[in-house]
Amino acid sequence: MTTMKTIPVGDCVWEIPASEKPGMLVPARIYASEALLARMDEGVFEQVTNVACLPGIVRAALCMPDGHWGYGFPIGGVAAFRADTGVISPGGIGFDINCGMRVLKTNLTEAEVRPRLTELVDALFVSVPSGVGSTGFVRLSADALREVMRDGARWCVQHGYGWPEDLEATEGGGCLPGADPEQVSERAIARGREQLGTLGSGNHYLEIQVVPPGGIHDPKVARAFGIEQPGQVLVMLHCGSRGFGHQIGTDYLRKFDQVMRGYGITVRDRELACAPFRSPEGQAYFGAMTAAANAAFANRQVITHRVREVCGRVFGKDPRDLGLEVIYDVCHNTAKLEHHTVDGESLQLVVHRKGATRSFGPGAPDVPARYREVGQPVIIGGSMETGSALLVGTAHAMKETFGSTAHGAGRTMSRAQAKRQVWGETLIEQMAARGIVVRAASKSGVAEEAGFAYKNLDEVVDAVHRLDISRKVVSLTPIGNIKG
Amino acid sequence: MGRHEFVEGIAVADCAVEIVGDDLDDLFATAAMALAEIMVDPRTIRQIIERRVELTAPSLDLLLFDWLSELIYLKDAEQLVFASVSARVSPGPPCRLTARLVGGPIDRETTALRADPKAVTFHQFALEPRDRGWRARVVIDI
Repeated sequence: MTTMKTIPVGDCVWEIPASEKPGMLVPARIYASEALLARMDEGVFEQVTNVACLPGIVRAALCMPDGHWGYGFPIGGVAAFRADTGVISPGGIGFDINCGMRVLKTNLTEAEVRPRLTELVDALFVSVPSGVGSTGFVRLSADALREVMRDGARWCVQHGYGWPEDLEATEGGGCLPGADPEQVSERAIARGREQLGTLGSGNHYLEIQVVPPGGIHDPKVARAFGIEQPGQVLVMLHCGSRGFGHQIGTDYLRKFDQVMRGYGITVRDRELACAPFRSPEGQAYFGAMTAAANAAFANRQVITHRVREVCGRVFGKDPRDLGLEVIYDVCHNTAKLEHHTVDGESLQLVVHRKGATRSFGPGAPDVPARYREVGQPVIIGGSMETGSALLVGTAHAMKETFGSTAHGAGRTMSRAQAKRQVWGETLIEQMAARGIVVRAASKSGVAEEAGFAYKNLDEVVDAVHRLDISRKVVSLTPIGNIKG
Repeated sequence: MGRHEFVEGIAVADCAVEIVGDDLDDLFATAAMALAEIMVDPRTIRQIIERRVELTAPSLDLLLFDWLSELIYLKDAEQLVFASVSARVSPGPPCRLTARLVGGPIDRETTALRADPKAVTFHQFALEPRDRGWRARVVIDI
């Protein structure tokens, strides 16, 4: 909690006035229930008010209900800057550019999967490399990686790593415009060319999930997403642009740290280093960052291909007969050029979402045609123990949060503290006893991701539902988990 | 002798580390060891490859940023982790680092894997002299 003045301005909406910290250009707004707000760490308040000081910010600096102390922006941070006079900041996107979620449906039931669950998880653990130092099965030349930067998931489909309809079920069609490979360093290429199709570590995962009894909250929208009944099995993955994106973030953070003084910009946290969006440096970063976003779509697409191969082998069926279709793929670490109405004026904005998910509502042109009537699917990944959720975007989110909502449960405990409370091996045994099969490259990494290290996902989902910045559709429970 | 300590209560999803060194050489070498310890159990890395790294930067803190970023780069580009490091730092300008690294590849059969660092952040990043020696604080994105 904080000593800053935090004024309730609506149900689950708290405002820190611009007078609270010198340099704030707009207020900060935190979206949370009273209970979630009370447990937010001091870093959230400090960081969201630092963001409110950045040039060109409009309306307010926002933090979603899963917010926690990050670097630069808080995790859960959303901020929109005027494209003509505002800035772009790598610290508002994160090093893991286009870290995101993808979920696939199947027509399998838990009863059909359980007898082969261990075999399935073991095979996925082999086919989808995870953990520090892992390399993928797709080895790219530098030229091929440049094609991936431009074409994203489309490159994968063209090369046999996916189905054409996967693209429509991916934010931005799996290929964001504006990628500029010329702005990407050779070091980023060297870091990224062997990592396509890898999960990484930390909180990244590949999960087999099931719709629990009573888990369908909105049957009409669930049906639009291809989810028919409790017991249905889904596959969810959480990962990003790997070392390729991490290096681009590093390169431009280092560059902006040096150039922003020349633009007369000072920041309250050096991690918020930024440049005017329309400056040569700002445009170069936007081009490189978009290239990394496209590489992340490609990464999740290649993993999807591997999941289909493995499931086809384990269940002895063609993946199409298993109904392994992508429901949706969403980014939660990006900056995108979007149009929003601010004080009655339609503005082109650079919307930064760091640990926040786009949540466009029914009728929005960027929502795939198949979902346009109901709104964009929103995927909120919970802890490896407790489950995840599918929600749907709303029209209200467009007005309230630049079309944004939460991205996960939100961490409450440090990694070291979690490891002191449980051994990785013990947690794996406990989860096995509860019917969740875990395979992990790092046992200590499993302990760091224990359920108790996170907020209660239901509290976060209830908050965004109450706020009407996304609405509950389906709850999901893990039965198999692959971790880095 | 340098030492490091992982600090809690800062950027809870990431890894904050405080490093102290008798001098700059000691601090830079100790920081490299702390980073290796985040990635793997250093005792499970074979010491079969030797590398030399030379870097220059306009300031000492940027030299530290570049040094740790270089080690993260080598982890991804060549799957190498170095468990033994000696460093020589001259304050410049420009500030200059010459380091000798000994380590080996991450072997998925024999290396005890830990976390996969993404990057060095500037959040609460500091390098400063103390009464005797130097102190640094670095938050690593995990």
